[in-house]
Amino acid sequence: MEPSLATSIGKIQLDKPVMLASGILGISLDVFKRLHASGAGAVVTKSLSTAPWEGYPNPTIFSVKGGGWINAVGLSNPGASNFAKMIEPNQDVPIIVSLVGSVPEDFEFMIKQFENCKVKAYELNLSCPHVAKVGLEVGDDPGLVKAIVSTVKNVTTVPVIAKVGLGTSNYLNTVRTAIDSGIDAITAINTVRAIAIDVELQRPILSNKFGGLSGTPIKPIALRCVYEISSQYDIPIIGCGGISTWEDAIEFFLAGASAVQLGSAIGDNWVGVFDDINKGILQYMDRKNYSSIKDMVGLAKKS
Amino acid sequence: MQRNLNHPVIVAIEKVIDETPTVRTLVFSDDVMPNVLPGQFAMVWIPGVNELPMSVMISKESGKAAFTVRKHGPSSTGLFNIPVGGQIGIRGPYGNSFDVKEGKLLLVGGGTGLVPMMRLLTFVKPTDDVTVLMGAKSKDEVFFENLANDLLTNNPHRVIVSTDDGSYGEKGFVTDLVEKLVSETHFDAVYVCGPEIMMYKTVQSAHSRNIFVQASLERMMKCGVGICGSCCVGEDLVCRDGTVFDGDHLSKNMEFGHLHRNKAGILENY
Repeated sequence: MEPSLATSIGKIQLDKPVMLASGILGISLDVFKRLHASGAGAVVTKSLSTAPWEGYPNPTIFSVKGGGWINAVGLSNPGASNFAKMIEPNQDVPIIVSLVGSVPEDFEFMIKQFENCKVKAYELNLSCPHVAKVGLEVGDDPGLVKAIVSTVKNVTTVPVIAKVGLGTSNYLNTVRTAIDSGIDAITAINTVRAIAIDVELQRPILSNKFGGLSGTPIKPIALRCVYEISSQYDIPIIGCGGISTWEDAIEFFLAGASAVQLGSAIGDNWVGVFDDINKGILQYMDRKNYSSIKDMVGLAKKS
Repeated sequence: MQRNLNHPVIVAIEKVIDETPTVRTLVFSDDVMPNVLPGQFAMVWIPGVNELPMSVMISKESGKAAFTVRKHGPSSTGLFNIPVGGQIGIRGPYGNSFDVKEGKLLLVGGGTGLVPMMRLLTFVKPTDDVTVLMGAKSKDEVFFENLANDLLTNNPHRVIVSTDDGSYGEKGFVTDLVEKLVSETHFDAVYVCGPEIMMYKTVQSAHSRNIFVQASLERMMKCGVGICGSCCVGEDLVCRDGTVFDGDHLSKNMEFGHLHRNKAGILENY
C-alpha cells in the first residue's frame, strides 16, 4: 500500500504531519497559503491576545553558536479581532489559532472573534517563557489551567490543544490538569527560558534580557517530554522543539507524537524544509512498510 | 573558526561623516561588510536602544564599511548619535541583491535609499551608460551627489538631482523625472530604492514599458532571518525573499505601494 502522510491528532485530521509552529511567520494569510503550498500540514498562528501587542524592542532574536535561537519577540500580534478579520476569507489552509491570555475571560472573548472563520483547532499558549502574566506563568498555575481549559471547552466545539513547556512546576502536572479539564491534545514543548550575554559589551543581548531557546539544542529535551507524556497519559500529542529533518520527525512519532511542529528550521533552511521532511518521511515509511503515520506512533516505547 | 554571520560582531565607529544636518555616515572596519552585494543589509544593534535593518554603505578605504542613517525616530537617532569610538553590534549580511545588467542603466534613489545605489555603482562596467537620479526635499538634504560622480568617472554618465521645493537641481518629484526619462530614452534596466511611493511609481513607469526594473524594499524587521514574519509584504518576506524584487513580481503584489505592517503586525496605509 502506498504510504500516506495523513494523520489524526484526536479529532484533528491533517493531510500532512508537519506544521508551522506558533510564533513563526504567522501574520499574513498570503504567507499561510504559501507555507501550506510548501508542504505544511497546518499553520499555527502567532499567539493572539485580546488587544494588539507590539512586543519588545529589538534585539528580539539571537543565534546561538553551535545551533539554535534565543528569542524574546514578546508575543507581538495584531490582536484576536484584527487577526480574525484577516483570515476570514480563508477556505483551504488548515489554520490552528494560538491564543494567549491571563484569565478564562480573555480566551472566551478571543474565541468569539473567530465565529466567522474556519479554524481547525485552538492551541492555548500555556508556556511562553518570556512574557509576564501569561504563558508559563499561567501554565505553572493548575487552578488557572483548569479554569481556562474548562471555559474554552465550554464555548467552542472546535478541538482545543494545550501547548506546554518547562516552567517552574512539573509540566506533567499541567498536562494532567489539562487532560482532566477536557483538553483534546497536547503540544510539547515551547521554547526553554534562556539568556545570551555579549562578552565585549558585557550585557544581555536581547532587550528583554531573557528569551526562549529553540532549535536543535532543545530537541532531545522535547523528545523526552513527548516520550514521558505518551508513557503516562492517553492523549494525542504534537511534538515540537528542534525538528529540522525527517529523522527528527520520525523520532517524535516513535516517541508518541501523531504530528510535529517546526519553526527554527525555517530560519536555517527556509520554507523548503516542509517538503524535504515530508519526502523523507514517505521514503522511510516505504522502506519500513508503513502505510500510515499512526503505524509508527509510540513504537519506541515498546522496546 | 569561520564567522557565524548570524552572530552579532561588535565594531567601533572610527569616523563620523555629516552628510546633511539630519544624515550621518558611520564608518567601521570589518572583514565581511565591505564586500556585501548591493541590496543586502545588516542588522545593526545599538546597545540599549534597538536593532535596525540597515543597508551597508561603501567606504573609500579598503577593509571598511559604513552605515548611513537619517535621524528620524528614537532608534535611528540612537544610531545617528553614536560617537567615534562608540560600539555597535552587526550581524548579516542578509537578503538578496540587485541583478547587475549591462548597457543603459537608470538608478533612482531617495534619501538613505541611495545607499544601495552607491554600492551598485561599484558594480557597473566601464561600458555602461549610467544615469543616477537623486531625490531630496530641499537643497539641505542632498547628499552623495559628488560621490556618485566620482564613482562614475570612467563611465558615460549623468547625475541628476531633484528637490521637491526646487531649491537645488530640478524642481519636482523624482518619480515625474523617471516617467519623463523612461518615456524618452530606452533603458536596459532601472533600479530603485527609497520611499515606498517613489519605488511604486518608478516600478510602474518602467514595468508598463517592459523595462527590467528592480526595487529594494524596506519593512519593519525584528529577526532578519525569516522567522518572525514582521517584514512580510503579501506572501513575500523582505528579509529572506528580498530585499530586492523584480517589477514583474511586485506588480502582482497587492500590498506593495499601499500597505505596510506596524509593530503589532496590523496593516496600515502608506
